[in-house]
Amino acid sequence: MATLEIKDLHVSIEDKEILKGVNLTINTNEIHAIMGPNGTGKSTLASAIMGHPKYEVTSGSVLLDGEEVLEMEVDERAKAGLFLGMQYPSEITGVTNADFLRSGINARREEGDEISLMKFIRELDSKMEMLEMDEDMATRYLNEGFSGGEKKRNEILQLMMLKPKFAILDEIDSGLDIDALRIVSTGINEMRGEDFGCLIITHYQRLLNYITPDHVHVMMQGRVVKSGGAELARKLEEHGYDWIKEELGIEEETVEQEA
Amino acid sequence: MTVETKLALTGDDVRSYSAATGEASWLTDLRLEALDKVDALPMPKPDKTKIDKWNFTEFPVHAVESTVFESLSDLPDDAKSLVDAENQKNIYVQHNNTPAYLSLSEDLKEQGVIMTDIFTASREHSDLVKKYFMTDGVKVDEHRLTAFHAALMNGGVFVYVPKNVEVKQPIQVLFLHDDAQASLFNHVIVVAEANSSVTYVENYLSTVTHAEGLANIVSEVFTGDNAVVTYGAVDVLAEGFTTYVNRRGIAGRDSRIDWALGLMNDSNTISNNLTHLVGNGSRCDMKSVVVGRGSQKQNFTSEIVHWGLDTEGHILKHGVMKDASSSIFNGIGKIEKGATRSNAEQESRVLMLSEKARGDANPILLIDEDDVTAGHAASVGRVDPLQLFYLMSRGISKQEAERLVIHGFLAPVVSKLPIEGVKKQLTEVIERKVR
Repeated sequence: MATLEIKDLHVSIEDKEILKGVNLTINTNEIHAIMGPNGTGKSTLASAIMGHPKYEVTSGSVLLDGEEVLEMEVDERAKAGLFLGMQYPSEITGVTNADFLRSGINARREEGDEISLMKFIRELDSKMEMLEMDEDMATRYLNEGFSGGEKKRNEILQLMMLKPKFAILDEIDSGLDIDALRIVSTGINEMRGEDFGCLIITHYQRLLNYITPDHVHVMMQGRVVKSGGAELARKLEEHGYDWIKEELGIEEETVEQEA
Repeated sequence: MTVETKLALTGDDVRSYSAATGEASWLTDLRLEALDKVDALPMPKPDKTKIDKWNFTEFPVHAVESTVFESLSDLPDDAKSLVDAENQKNIYVQHNNTPAYLSLSEDLKEQGVIMTDIFTASREHSDLVKKYFMTDGVKVDEHRLTAFHAALMNGGVFVYVPKNVEVKQPIQVLFLHDDAQASLFNHVIVVAEANSSVTYVENYLSTVTHAEGLANIVSEVFTGDNAVVTYGAVDVLAEGFTTYVNRRGIAGRDSRIDWALGLMNDSNTISNNLTHLVGNGSRCDMKSVVVGRGSQKQNFTSEIVHWGLDTEGHILKHGVMKDASSSIFNGIGKIEKGATRSNAEQESRVLMLSEKARGDANPILLIDEDDVTAGHAASVGRVDPLQLFYLMSRGISKQEAERLVIHGFLAPVVSKLPIEGVKKQLTEVIERKVR
């Protein structure tokens, strides 16, 4: 079993504090969902864990099996077992999807022990089929000209090919129609198991109809303010967030700004 | 006040050099006339680059004697990797200034295709060469450097494809430079008569790291009605050269001239690539990639002039600038009066890898006709930190991520090169230069 521990994490962007002490522990074989209205720091949490250049961690720590993630370069974090499914993946001209994936896989392996081309293609084909992606998406330039839904599927394809210990999926469901949502969920459910833990960030409950979370957390004002099981998500769907604000005496749930 | 440097070279020198090459006498006469004009003609004025302090006229020796190659397997290793010795049937190799190897398939010979060094061509195909040599393409008296080139020309190749002949396999030309004293005044002529097609790919390869000489290179391409010429080039000339490269196309009716140029010199370079779309319905696709490094200064002008109706011109340039290198990218789309329904498009992208590097994209549209379309896009920027973050978040190291972004940036041109070995070479040169 592996563990990802987030301890009293404070994160700023351009000197404005967005995260004000986040605490969260995720084990493999668990799926956590973080919910909350827009602008409460959810995406900041995801990006900061992966080391996004725009965010500055001012205090706290993120431990992966006791090792400090925040001291690692972005690529080292990935190699240690973290994955971030991005809300807005970059487009990169001239680099094909397949070449990119192979570089990512081989970066995790020793020199001389690179994945064989045949094995890579077999695996890529089967995952793409599962995600109902067109074959030509392997040879197209990375995310270039992809529709919103194609980009999200492509993030899940990377997740399935790279097989991290922990995936953080930042609004992987936004902009997806029901069909695409079902396909993306199939991919994530396929990953579920003893060697995989997942943190799903969303503000819609509908994704959670397809992926049943073990734990649900609510973020407001840059902190986790409430945690529970799958039933918490359903309650939020029915009653919204106001009852939590009332219960906790919060008037304005957002932090001042979230990118 | 400018100080005029007189040429040290005399008419007698030119005469005795010409006699040694065994070229046609009309060519010698043309040289002598050109030599007379050199001092009086003005220097070219590449937009935004001052070249008055550059040395374009002083060099150690007019020509050096180098070995010839009995077979392609005798080529030095660096050159060998560019050539598919087993399958490349149509190839000319020039070793510094010496025509060193020539092969043209029997099949093409039978169809009347000509490929030979420029001196032999001037003698054996006198009328043809005379018709095209610095007449309608690059003119002797355009400026001092073209006249200088005509007077001193010391190498090059003539390629001629007769009417209705399709040359299926690319023709390859290798200019191998491995003598620091050598200067390259090469002249290339590619003629594709009506309804013919040919792909021509040339390599300039320095295997010495430093050069003392000059490079003053002229290429002229002519397409007859409905003909297609694809012209690929990878220039890798050593630091120390002062390089002037002039590649010119004249397109006939419904014909097409496509350029794919990898401009990878380590020398200071002025490169001019101009196509005149003379015939109605002709088109030109002009692609180039550049990597600048060290303290190199370069100027790249890509220009398409529309004369005929319904002509189509596309310019695409991608440049990567590192260290303290500086480059000007002039893109010129010119539509002359009467070139109705023509379309002039251009795009220049410059990627800067260091604080000290300079890259200017300078798009120019000159339009003298109403019913036309034209467009341009230009950008100068740095490697996007979000792209790097994205790649690194998948485990790819920063260095590798940068490498991927740079290769990706240059890929639209690299992928167009028609010979695998040359494409691979360009990829490797880019790799070496951006590291």
